[in-house]
Amino acid sequence: MKFRIYRYNPDVDAAPYMQDYELDIRLGDSTQGKMLLDALLLIKQQDDSLSLRKSCREGVCGSDAMNINGRNGLACITPLSSLKEPVELRPLPGLPVIRDLIVDMTQFFKQYHSVKPYLINNEPPPETERLQSPAQRAHLNGLYECILCGCCTTACPSFWWNPDKFVGPAGLLQAYRFIADTRDQATSERLDDLEDPYRLFRCHTIMNCVDVCPKELNPTEAIGNIKDLMVRRMV
Amino acid sequence: MVNRVVVGAHYGLRDWLMQRITAVLMALYCIAMAGYLLMQPYRGYDVWTELFSSQTVRTFSLLFLLSLFYHAWVGIRDVVMDYVKPASARLVIHVLVILALLLYTIWSVQILWGM
Repeated sequence: MKFRIYRYNPDVDAAPYMQDYELDIRLGDSTQGKMLLDALLLIKQQDDSLSLRKSCREGVCGSDAMNINGRNGLACITPLSSLKEPVELRPLPGLPVIRDLIVDMTQFFKQYHSVKPYLINNEPPPETERLQSPAQRAHLNGLYECILCGCCTTACPSFWWNPDKFVGPAGLLQAYRFIADTRDQATSERLDDLEDPYRLFRCHTIMNCVDVCPKELNPTEAIGNIKDLMVRRMV
Repeated sequence: MVNRVVVGAHYGLRDWLMQRITAVLMALYCIAMAGYLLMQPYRGYDVWTELFSSQTVRTFSLLFLLSLFYHAWVGIRDVVMDYVKPASARLVIHVLVILALLLYTIWSVQILWGM
């Protein structure tokens, strides 16, 4: 199998370049169920200077997000059999490259933290948990599963143009996750914070985020729900 | 002056909502207009002038054009916010776009009621 991988080591290289690798594996029975990350680890045995992030290798930690044949995804849950050769791998777009496939996620997490992604409830904590009905809990489905891999936000042109001002799909999904939580008491403050031409309204609903999310979540719908609540609050 | 990332202008919802409402108004006008014109057996200058001599048609046409200008204002502002980084340049473009759209509004009234 043939691979073309983005290489850049700022200490040594003047500019990024693409490096070709070939693995002595053929798509067939032997690669059944093998994922792109397995191939990347084999390549790393050939060339240990290749840098990438990985951890859980089963689509839970969100470390190995990268641009695979032009589309953001997690290497660990992308089957080799689904890929066209040569497999072109690049770092997530729109973020500064630290080295090879590793990007600096500072801006991404800054936006994530800006939505206060935690429960705000000023009442004294009860003896047991703060309870929800099954129906109230069901509202959080499709919101809490986000693993913060950054695939959606770095696929969003609005984030590319305004990474310092636009919260981005991942952050807005989390903002809605707490707006939708019946135990949270800061709905109004959260809506106030997001009612901003840059923070929320840079979203032009092109749905790249929905297209690439490896957990099949729908940030566009969450953003629509936030706007819906703002409209209901205003009229 | 310090260079801070400034957000929190606390507007945007009204413009976003108006862009949607104006889009619906424009779509309705286009469908009605296209339907009316397609139903005419003969389409010529006299049909056109007669149509626009009606005050109702003039009023709804002006409403359509005002919707278009508001819609365009929000859209152009979005493009400028995405691609023009210096705040001073953004402000100048905003002012120019608003002036142009105001002139178009006056011009629309002149055309519609001058026919």
